[in-house]
Amino acid sequence: MLRFVFYRLLQAIPVLLIVISLTFMLVHSAPGGPFSADKAVPPEVIKALEAQYNLDQPLWQQYISYLGDVLKGDFGPSFKYPGRDVTELIAAGLPATAELAFYAMLVALVIGVSAGVAAAMRPNTAQDYIPMSAAMIGICMPSFLLGPLLVLVFGIYLEWLPVSGWDDMPGDKILPAITLGTGYAAYIARLSRGGMLEVLSQDYIRTARAKGLSEPLIIAKHALRGGLIPVIAFLGPAFAGLLGGSFVVETIFQIPGLGRFYVQAAFNRDYTMILGTTVFFSTLIIVFNLLSDMLAIWLNPKLRQQTRGES
Amino acid sequence: MNNRVRQRLILPLLLIIPTLLLSACGGGESNVDQGNRDGTLHWGNGTEPQSLDPHIATGVPEHHIITALMEGLIGKDSKTLAPKPGVAESWTISDDGRVYTFKLRENARWSNGDPHNAHDYAWSWWRALQPALGNLYAYMYFSIENAQEYYEGTVTDFDQVGVKALDDYSLQVTLSNPTPYFLQLLDHYSLYPVHRATVEKFGTADERGTRWTYEGNNVGNGAFQLVDWKINRRITVQRNPYYWNADTVQLNQIVFYPTENVVSEERMFRAGQLHRTGSIPSDKIPVYLEANDASLHIAPYLGIYFYRINTRVPQLQDKRVRRALAMTIDRETISKSILKAGQIPAYAMTPPGTMGYYPESDLRFDPEAARQLLVEAGYPNGEGFPATEILYNTSEGHRKIAVAIQQMWKKYLNIDIKLLNQEWKVYLDSESAGNYEISRAGWIGDYVDPNSFLDMFLCNGGNNRTGWCNAEYDRLIADIAPTVKTHKERLAVFGQAEKILMDELPVIPIYIYTSVNLVNDSVKNYADNILNQPSFTEMYLQAAPEQNQSTEGQH
Repeated sequence: MLRFVFYRLLQAIPVLLIVISLTFMLVHSAPGGPFSADKAVPPEVIKALEAQYNLDQPLWQQYISYLGDVLKGDFGPSFKYPGRDVTELIAAGLPATAELAFYAMLVALVIGVSAGVAAAMRPNTAQDYIPMSAAMIGICMPSFLLGPLLVLVFGIYLEWLPVSGWDDMPGDKILPAITLGTGYAAYIARLSRGGMLEVLSQDYIRTARAKGLSEPLIIAKHALRGGLIPVIAFLGPAFAGLLGGSFVVETIFQIPGLGRFYVQAAFNRDYTMILGTTVFFSTLIIVFNLLSDMLAIWLNPKLRQQTRGES
Repeated sequence: MNNRVRQRLILPLLLIIPTLLLSACGGGESNVDQGNRDGTLHWGNGTEPQSLDPHIATGVPEHHIITALMEGLIGKDSKTLAPKPGVAESWTISDDGRVYTFKLRENARWSNGDPHNAHDYAWSWWRALQPALGNLYAYMYFSIENAQEYYEGTVTDFDQVGVKALDDYSLQVTLSNPTPYFLQLLDHYSLYPVHRATVEKFGTADERGTRWTYEGNNVGNGAFQLVDWKINRRITVQRNPYYWNADTVQLNQIVFYPTENVVSEERMFRAGQLHRTGSIPSDKIPVYLEANDASLHIAPYLGIYFYRINTRVPQLQDKRVRRALAMTIDRETISKSILKAGQIPAYAMTPPGTMGYYPESDLRFDPEAARQLLVEAGYPNGEGFPATEILYNTSEGHRKIAVAIQQMWKKYLNIDIKLLNQEWKVYLDSESAGNYEISRAGWIGDYVDPNSFLDMFLCNGGNNRTGWCNAEYDRLIADIAPTVKTHKERLAVFGQAEKILMDELPVIPIYIYTSVNLVNDSVKNYADNILNQPSFTEMYLQAAPEQNQSTEGQH
């Protein structure tokens, strides 16, 4: 296992290097600069600003010094917000985004696994069709539609929940979590249904049934562990996706998260901010993929055998 | 057995959801209700401010916060916009209109209690003119003698710039030319003073990215002081006890929210989370109008929506063509059917009534005459007119207007127009590089004077971007207008210049903006003015008795 982790971490280095290089080239080749504005900017100002952010140096030199800074863990100053470092802005946005992703994941798991398991227990009956159709709707429903709909019903008409905000009022995290989690709940429902169906047809389940174990015990003790492996494999990328893909939900609910910075940075041509957030999210994706693979290996004896064989 | 499983699965759900919902319902009182009780104004402010340094910031959201934290020599009446004493309690103007002497209040203090005097202005204005600072509003100083020369480096000694602290409480400012709107400039945040010790504590004077404006560090001279800045969440300011006029300030606190999404902002308003919104989704305006909702504030705004014409493009070089295009835009229809917020159709570049100036223009909607002009230009019934492109920055609102104009030009002139939308920064790049044929544009006046709209089209004006250049126009705006003796004469000069502009039409005026805000009934003394800058020192909160503050339901 340790060796597996070590190799995976080793692979991450060229991946990150490629991500940084590509992003660096893309942001610098995009038309429009960080300091262009609708009011004409005097050449003296442009010159002063470019000198301040080292944009007057040749591109390769900027690239090398950026790589050096990143190695030291310094993402540089934001162009858009003078006086703020990219690291500081990421640190400011991350807690809200991570918390939102955590609650959304909770919503997704509770709804998704329940629906998937229920459907797998009675395939091709109403108990299967209803949650799976709902899952299909959930996958297709974009958050920019679901969010405002939930706000309209629970925020405006029923007045049960705040329409926006984060940590401002009690309950202001519920609607964002449901909005963001629903799409993932739908995926998880389909994955867990598939996984459970496969496991429930295995010999060891038949043996368990033959031994006279109760169905809930069989599901909880024997089937879930194997049946949820596809879900576990999905969790890593899903969590990374939740962290990086919460822009729409953050905008709808005015959540001070990282997603808004990420997207605004691209519009503002805030080079260091784009690069910083991209590197940050790439690292997260790599780490979460690794974690979910490790979890899958730990849960699945077959895979454990294989990794041991390799090492 | 299956039932038992189902029970096991459903039970947690049944427990979790109501618990979450019940925990949510505990809060009760809305921001607005609570704010009305404790004097806290909840203000929808558009976006996260880029900076709160008055010599770096640009933009409306920054403006609102900075005017709460700081004050200039001169303020303005929030209804009439007439200059009124600020930090300066009185001032005199020399007979030739060039030398202003300000008498500063001796009881003026910075928010940390430090004395505030004339030397603060001399130092702050020196700082604002350092190119390294990247001050985009440096041109606001250029009416001061030698300020532009100093900024551009042709004068290196700041003593030659027309700013002098005569003693602790007297400041003398000498202008290059009499500038009737100079007092107004003093109320623009780019001319506000900064606290020298604080700025220097966190970096050098001309260093752009220092932390002096942040919570815990910020020192200002305004009615409020910064107490909390949560990035992308809210900025809170509280009454400044050291403010010279603190006794008259009635708000205890203002919370500014970066409400970027206008749809969410309007929902926040309806749910009682905001006292005031920075805007409103355009499709909601008719709903509020129909409901006769008093919270909808619509007022004329000192800004114009127009199209730039690239006069270097062959088919657009002929002014008869430009005129024909301008004469076949049905502005009334655009205003009534698309914009729907009382926007005023524009037939000149300066909004009517700016400093008592009403531009004369013979531009009108006249398809018949326009077709005749097109015949004279060699394109009878539009034949042979090359397909021409309207460039706009990606936005549903701009697209609707461009589509309407495309159809009008097809209908009245039989010419083909293509539409091209570009992302904001790409569009800016294209426009400033002259890579466009016709381009949508907007301009908000920096101060209430025709000059703020007309000096844009000087030959070497950075914001001209049309390739149009007229020597007589330049002479009137740059040489004659600054030197004439009376206000009446000055307006007459602007009138002549604008006539040239509207005859040549390198730009097609379309409509005068209106400001549209939602303001809760409990906000009193909220003055709508053409700068859309209500005064925080005048506003107060008073809940209507027996009235539910959140308007709900019908919108």
